[in-house]
Amino acid sequence: MSDKTMTAEEAVSRLESGMTLGIGGWGSRRKPMALVRALLRSNVRDLTVVSYGGPDVGMLAAAGRIRRLVAAFVTLDSIPLEPHYRAARESGAFELMEIDEAMFMWGLHAAANRLPFLPVRAGIGSDVMRVNPGLRTVTSPYEDGETFVAMPALRMDAALVHLSRADRLGNGQYLGPDPYFDDLFCEAADAAYVSCERIVDTAELTKEAGPQTLLVQRHTVTGVVEAPNGAHFTSCAPDYGRDEAFQKRYASTPWPEFAARFLAGDEQAYQSAVGEEA
Amino acid sequence: MSEVARAALLPPTRAEYCVIACAEAWRDNGEVLAGPMGLIPSLGARLARLTFAPDLLLTDGEATIVRPDGTPEGWLPYRRHLTLVTGGRRHVMMGASQIDRFGNQNISCIGDWARPKRQLLGVRGAPVNTLNNPTSYWIPRHSRRVFVERVDMVCGVGYDHAAGARHHRIPRVVSDLGVFDFATDDRSMRLASLHPGVTVEQVREATSFDLAVPDEVPPTREPTAEELRLIREVLDPGGIRTREVGS
Repeated sequence: MSDKTMTAEEAVSRLESGMTLGIGGWGSRRKPMALVRALLRSNVRDLTVVSYGGPDVGMLAAAGRIRRLVAAFVTLDSIPLEPHYRAARESGAFELMEIDEAMFMWGLHAAANRLPFLPVRAGIGSDVMRVNPGLRTVTSPYEDGETFVAMPALRMDAALVHLSRADRLGNGQYLGPDPYFDDLFCEAADAAYVSCERIVDTAELTKEAGPQTLLVQRHTVTGVVEAPNGAHFTSCAPDYGRDEAFQKRYASTPWPEFAARFLAGDEQAYQSAVGEEA
Repeated sequence: MSEVARAALLPPTRAEYCVIACAEAWRDNGEVLAGPMGLIPSLGARLARLTFAPDLLLTDGEATIVRPDGTPEGWLPYRRHLTLVTGGRRHVMMGASQIDRFGNQNISCIGDWARPKRQLLGVRGAPVNTLNNPTSYWIPRHSRRVFVERVDMVCGVGYDHAAGARHHRIPRVVSDLGVFDFATDDRSMRLASLHPGVTVEQVREATSFDLAVPDEVPPTREPTAEELRLIREVLDPGGIRTREVGS
């Protein structure tokens, strides 16, 4: 069995401009920020980003890497509106496929199950249909005859997710209360890169936690990256909460200044700079 | 008389009428999840759970269904929450940056969607909520900018856009001025009750569209002494509610 461990740089080196990239987590929670930071250090651009959006979207938008975004919202949770995302939208910086968060989930399910679409009772009557003229409807072939949105599969070239633990083979574990949709992102993508707080032996994964915490299975994973504090400044329960002070700093500092201070060097330089702030 | 006992005798504040008006949204809902968004609806949901709606399910705001004392009694991560929505066993009270006379709601953006003047949160779950489970709204500052003739982006679906969808229902809209429903022939918004101290004129002045107003508008009901005690001593002893709604 193959050892899939790699560095964040190695993972990002497999990504190409123009790709469709899924990013796990939710809002400002358990986002694969170390991988996003590595992506920001690369030259990869023109991305279609698929995300329950948080600062991952804000940073990639601020850096001009997004050509198209698929999202139901972008938020920092404790700061409801993501300032860099807002600025990008208000300047018309990229295309947006704005869909409902349940439609988004069914799009992931469809992709993971190799279906072209799944019917969903959402979207009809709303302006989601107006701003996405490509969306089609489907009529129930049964007696009810109801009309649904045929939510197209959100198939992705690659997915990035951050988990609590993983082994070297790509089995990933979440120890927080919510899996979000990270397993679906991995299943819906042609390649998936899992960063984690700590790489441990397979046997250690279930020493203190039940097998139901093994969210991501190795057959859906291409690379495993050990990235302690890798979700910073988003939360990664139970290892750490959101760094609210740092998030405030991110939200209130002009992007070029923030990028120069925190993103000019490698991940280690980032973590050191964060430490100096605290 | 102790300070606590004296405080209980003070007349209800506007914020407390709002809590009561929100709590009433969940009356007779049965064993469903109360999905409050915002402080006053959260107080309302918990008040309802502690008094006249003991079967309600409440969350801790994350992935756990909890009893009023915080004891976990269920697991509700986002994906299961969405199942609860589509299964219809939830009554959510959402916010609205804009709402119109048929209950169309907008939290996505202000201005042209293609190039918004102000980007807001995004549609979030408003489209799925409004087609699947009862969706009420809470608006802490009733104004012409919120109660608009036409929303810029229909997120939550109103009665005119829902075309009689089988599970579509907007039980009530609560603002800092009153309670509104859609109990009219054309399912347009109607003033259902006024919070004490508010006039019909004030509401009309703060609403951009033509609001249905019955000849007799009842006042929002008074909280009971026990409800006031729960709000003041148990649910919000710090008085944070006055930050969302002043007097």
